[in-house]
Amino acid sequence: MLAQLITSFIATAGFGIIFNAPRRSLLQCGVAGMLGWIVYVMLYQHIDPVGATLIATFIVGGISQMFARIYKTPVIIFSVAGVIPLVPGGMAYNAMRSFVENHYTAATELAAQAAMISGSIALGLVLSEVFNQMIRRAAR
Amino acid sequence: MDTCMLAGQIMLQSGAETYRVEDTMTRIATSYGLPGAHSYVTPTAIMFSITGAESARLARIAERTTDLHKIAQVNAISRQISSGQLTPTEAYPLLKVIEAGPAEYSSWMKMIAAAISSGCFTIMFQGSWGDFIPSLVAGLAGYTTMLYLHKWVQVKFFAELCAAFIIGLLASLFIGYGWGNELDKIIIGSVMPLVPGLLITNAIRDLMAGHLVSGISKGADALLTAFAIGAGVAIILTFV
Repeated sequence: MLAQLITSFIATAGFGIIFNAPRRSLLQCGVAGMLGWIVYVMLYQHIDPVGATLIATFIVGGISQMFARIYKTPVIIFSVAGVIPLVPGGMAYNAMRSFVENHYTAATELAAQAAMISGSIALGLVLSEVFNQMIRRAAR
Repeated sequence: MDTCMLAGQIMLQSGAETYRVEDTMTRIATSYGLPGAHSYVTPTAIMFSITGAESARLARIAERTTDLHKIAQVNAISRQISSGQLTPTEAYPLLKVIEAGPAEYSSWMKMIAAAISSGCFTIMFQGSWGDFIPSLVAGLAGYTTMLYLHKWVQVKFFAELCAAFIIGLLASLFIGYGWGNELDKIIIGSVMPLVPGLLITNAIRDLMAGHLVSGISKGADALLTAFAIGAGVAIILTFV
C-alpha cells in the first residue's frame, strides 16, 4: 500500500512534467493523482472498475477544483495529471493484444470495458464540476 | 479582436478544452465592450466574429501539444482583462510573449520524468519491483524515440508507432535475457507516457458539453494514437 502511495504520487507528478504543468503546481498534481489512485485501489476489490473509476475521478475532480480555487489556476492543470493513473491504458493494451492474437471475443469485451472506463472518467470530472457549481451557488 | 484570436490560438494549441477556449474568447471580447461575439472552435480551427465590427476571422491550428503552463498563463491574462487591469494594446504583447515562450521543462527533464513515471506505473499495476528498472529503461527509450522522431518526421502517427515498437522490442529483450518477470506489466507501464489519456477524456467532455464536432474529431485523434501504440507493440508480439 505504501509503495502504491509513493509510486502513484511520483508517476502523477512525472506526468505533470510531461504535460508542462507549472513548476509550483507539480506537488498538488501529485497529491490529486495519489488520492484518486488510492481511492480506486481501495474500491477496486469491492465494486466493479467502472464504478471505482467514477468515484475516484469524482474525488480527483473535487480536489482539483479546490486547488484551482486556492492557487487561482485552471482546473485542467490538476485534473489532467490526477486522472492519468485511472486511464485504462493497460486494458486498452490487453484489448489490442487480444485482437492481434485473434481472440476477438475477449478483445471486444476488453475494448468495451476500456471505453466504459474512459466514459466514467469524463462523467466523474463533469459531475464534480456540477457539484462544485452547486456548492458555490448555495454558498452565495 | 487580435487579442481574442491570439488567446484562443494559444489555448487550443496547448490542449485546452474547446468550451474553455470559446468561453475565454467571448469573455475577453465582452470585457472590452464588444457584445455579440461568437466563436466556433474545433480542434483544427478557430472562427471568430463580432457582430457589426470587422469581418470574421479564421485561424488554422496545425500543431497541438499539451502545455498546461501556457493555458495557466493565458488564463491569468484573461482574468486580468476581465477585471479591467489590462487594455487590449497591453494584453497583446503579453500574449505574444507567452506564445513564443519556451516550454516549462527541457526535453531531458521530460524524458527523465517519463522514465520514472513508467517505472512507477509498472508498480501501480501490480508489477513486481524486479520489473521497475526494465520498464524505466523501456519507457525512457520509447518517450525519447517519440520526442525526437516527431521533430524529424511531422507525422505523429509514425513517431508513436515507432516508439511503441521500441518499447515492445526492449521489453521482450529484457524478458528474453531474464531481467524482468512479466512482459505485460513492463509494456503497460512503459507505454503509459504515450497513451492519449488527456485526449480521450477531453473528447468525452466536449461531447457531453454539446461540442459534437470537436468531441468526435478529438476521439478520432485519440483512437489513432491508441491504434499506433497497439500496432507498434503488436508487431513485436507477433514474433514473440
